[in-house]
Amino acid sequence: MSDAPVLLEMRSITKEFPGVKALSDVNLVVRAGEIHAIAGENGAGKSTLMKVLSGVYPYGTYSGEILYQGTESRFADIRASERSGIVIIHQELALVPGMSITENIFLGNEPGRGGVIDWKVANRQALELMARVGLEEDPDTLIKDIGVGKQQLVEIAKAFAKDVKLLILDEPTAALNEADSQHLLDLLRHFKQRGVTSIIISHKLNEIAQVADSITILRDGRTIETLDIKADGVDEDRIVRGMVGRELHSRFPDHTPKIGEVFFEVRNWTVRHPISADRLVAKNSSFTVRRGEIVGFAGLMGAGRTELAMSIFGRSYGTYVSGQIFKDGQEIVLRSVSDAIAHGLAYVSEDRKSIGLNLLDDIKTSMVSAKLSKVSTRGVVDSVREYQAAEGYRTSLRVKAPTVDEGVTKLSGGNQQKVVLAKWMFTDPDLLILDEPTRGIDVGAKYEIYGIIQRLADQGKGVIVISSELPELIGLCDRIYTVFEGTITGDIDRRDADPELLMKQMTSVKKAQRS
Amino acid sequence: MSRVKELQKSLFGGTTSNARQFGMIFTLVAIVLLFQILTNGLTLNSGNLISLVSQYSYILILAIGMLMVIVAGHIDLSVGSIAAFVGIVVAKVMQDYSVPWFLAILIGLAVGVVIGAWQGFWVAYVGVPAFIVTLAGMLLFRGGNQFIGNADTIPVPEGFRTIGAGFLPEIGPNTGYNNLTLLLGLLVGVAVVVREWRARRVRQQMSADVAPMWISAIRVAFPLVVVVFATLQFAGGRVGTSFPISGIILGVLVVIYSFFTRNTAGGRHIYAVGGNSRAAELSGVKLKRVNFLVMMNMAVLAALAGMIFVARSAASGPQDGIGWELDAIAAVFIGGAAVSGGLGTISGSIVGGLVMAVLNNGLQLMGVGSDRVQIIKGLVLLLAVALDVYNKKQGRFSIIESLTRPFRREAPADPAPGTGTDQERGKSPVAG
Repeated sequence: MSDAPVLLEMRSITKEFPGVKALSDVNLVVRAGEIHAIAGENGAGKSTLMKVLSGVYPYGTYSGEILYQGTESRFADIRASERSGIVIIHQELALVPGMSITENIFLGNEPGRGGVIDWKVANRQALELMARVGLEEDPDTLIKDIGVGKQQLVEIAKAFAKDVKLLILDEPTAALNEADSQHLLDLLRHFKQRGVTSIIISHKLNEIAQVADSITILRDGRTIETLDIKADGVDEDRIVRGMVGRELHSRFPDHTPKIGEVFFEVRNWTVRHPISADRLVAKNSSFTVRRGEIVGFAGLMGAGRTELAMSIFGRSYGTYVSGQIFKDGQEIVLRSVSDAIAHGLAYVSEDRKSIGLNLLDDIKTSMVSAKLSKVSTRGVVDSVREYQAAEGYRTSLRVKAPTVDEGVTKLSGGNQQKVVLAKWMFTDPDLLILDEPTRGIDVGAKYEIYGIIQRLADQGKGVIVISSELPELIGLCDRIYTVFEGTITGDIDRRDADPELLMKQMTSVKKAQRS
Repeated sequence: MSRVKELQKSLFGGTTSNARQFGMIFTLVAIVLLFQILTNGLTLNSGNLISLVSQYSYILILAIGMLMVIVAGHIDLSVGSIAAFVGIVVAKVMQDYSVPWFLAILIGLAVGVVIGAWQGFWVAYVGVPAFIVTLAGMLLFRGGNQFIGNADTIPVPEGFRTIGAGFLPEIGPNTGYNNLTLLLGLLVGVAVVVREWRARRVRQQMSADVAPMWISAIRVAFPLVVVVFATLQFAGGRVGTSFPISGIILGVLVVIYSFFTRNTAGGRHIYAVGGNSRAAELSGVKLKRVNFLVMMNMAVLAALAGMIFVARSAASGPQDGIGWELDAIAAVFIGGAAVSGGLGTISGSIVGGLVMAVLNNGLQLMGVGSDRVQIIKGLVLLLAVALDVYNKKQGRFSIIESLTRPFRREAPADPAPGTGTDQERGKSPVAG
């Protein structure tokens, strides 16, 4: 591989934002026909580098040079880089939900003449492109009606419609489940055989180790090293060492659980889909949580884990049909979120930015927002008590911000997650439901979040962790429930948990479940 | 951090919305001074100030309610029609049934509550967008006004006119000034000092670094100079005139609603709903109730504004309140509220409303025709918001900061230490 011709060379790229040097003297060499991974913690400069390459930051806003196919390229905008065959697929997909697959594939690139679209050609080409990426759908299906995995494939088909030579994927599998991720990685290998060069940015190191030919590691806006995966025998630990500049002994803090008796129980929980009344998102689900216990919920995307959790949290999803909730032996009825909060439940949502935080708020306002009454007297917020409460969490959770007056948008993903955790810890919950608590945050911050979760459990609280990353569940949880199509299909103790067993339970209903 | 920014931070508290307010106050002062020169001193003359207050207080009252509506992420187009409808109802009951004026005011407010409940119901519980509900309301209550009043004008009795055309009465020894206005000025002055002193104490309790004494002195001195000047002007007008009653109603409402939006849980909930309604809901905020109450409150304030206007013009007519909604909305946006909701302050909206009022008044004093006044007002609204949008894209928030930019060499924002700020930083310049 290392003797293949160089397709792209970025030389001493430096990019500054007001007050911050996002990239300093970064070099990147990508050879034709390889899959090149870029790894680094959040804020290391990966996305910025790719934006420089694709012309999002046009020539002149950075220093350094880009040699592409042997000549120096100065892209003025994204269209210019796309004309040269460089296509970037961002983490947030750029698809229009209300338009069909075909329409999306050719958006901004419509075949036809004089602005009139030739739908016959478009549909035929769409089918060809969809076949190339292994997408089996009616091309007239609307984007909003297909899953995230398939949406990702539409994005890639869209890239191929533009005659791509260098495909850049920014966190392509972040929102995908294991099966879809695997499909995508296979697809990348397939493209490689057909001569397409790819750059992949990913936090999932196992994927990098599995699929990439070489890897460039960035840290704090600098190039640390470029390694050949096979020749240098690179594994996950080796990548982590490069990324954080030190060896992480373990990805999970040591922890001895102190588990008490069962205090929270859900029995035969059944919930209907909010729109299609004949669909059940939770079917007869029953589970228990003990004091001091960290309970995992494993399941594929769309298995109904989030729906189950939210419907328990004050019926904030779907239509309640039947089922009971018991806390400390008493049945409780939670009709609204405020009921749930009053009964000591907390739900930290999957999606921090769209439903977890008000991004206009500062840190202190966010932290106290779920239980304002704790810092108010007769409805009037006491700013001193508010400040002190928030300041306490900022120090104890080590939120990296100079003061609690800082806006939450200025924080990194990991620190935002700490703010959301603080917000719910502030409500003094007995049971915390954490939905994908480490999605999109880097290795170091994950370790800290795990520590916080363990401390919460040690205080005698019950913690439910919903996660798509099986190693995370196995490393963190004392017990794991598997969820499949809204039903709990397994209850597995930490000692017996391994990815294979979990995956089996997550994909098919095995035997009758234990009560 | 630069000197200017540091000073601005200590003077105005340093948060982004405060920085924007700084820009607004700066603009207001500049406009006032500009017209003072252009009109040869007519702008700040007693008589003009008094008429300015009584002429615009009802628009500013609407702006208070509109701010909350816009912060919650809605809009209200019906306020002018509601004001007209309530005006005619009140005039009618006083004329036909000889209802005493104070009772008529209560009836007017009650009608406001009912109308607000009607609109709030559709917005909050049925989920019809406020734009549509209030567009319907605009037609509905305009028609209602003409239906009840037979498209005619109905006069209102003397007692009722006090709320719109009344002034603080002359009492006490003859000082050459209106004594009650002097007293009012004194109270406001004391309030300014007490407020700053309490702010310092709160900062101390937060064990944050308290600004040096001279900063506090400036923060107190500037408003005090304005208060003293205004007091003397208002108290020293033509005999029989002084600070308008409608201005006092406005002042009380500003104080109450500023406190409510800033310091109470209920106020926080409005911002939370506008900032991210789903997040607010999942934090236990009762979304529907907040939306309902915000729409209802707006209608009640519109009812009040309508009555003040009727009292001032001594009669209620079919053309009352036309275009008020637009003035109120303009005030709120000039005052720095975000179109998408979640941002904005009462004081900002009041300053925004005053900018429009002074502009209107000054141009009229200069003899500029209403055609050109409208053109200028339209451009001012557009430019004010465009400047704000531009500043946001640049990651800056204040107008003053962009004015002083050439003098600053070092980097502006102090990023969070360590690996704190991540890719968001890289994204923001594009995403805006």
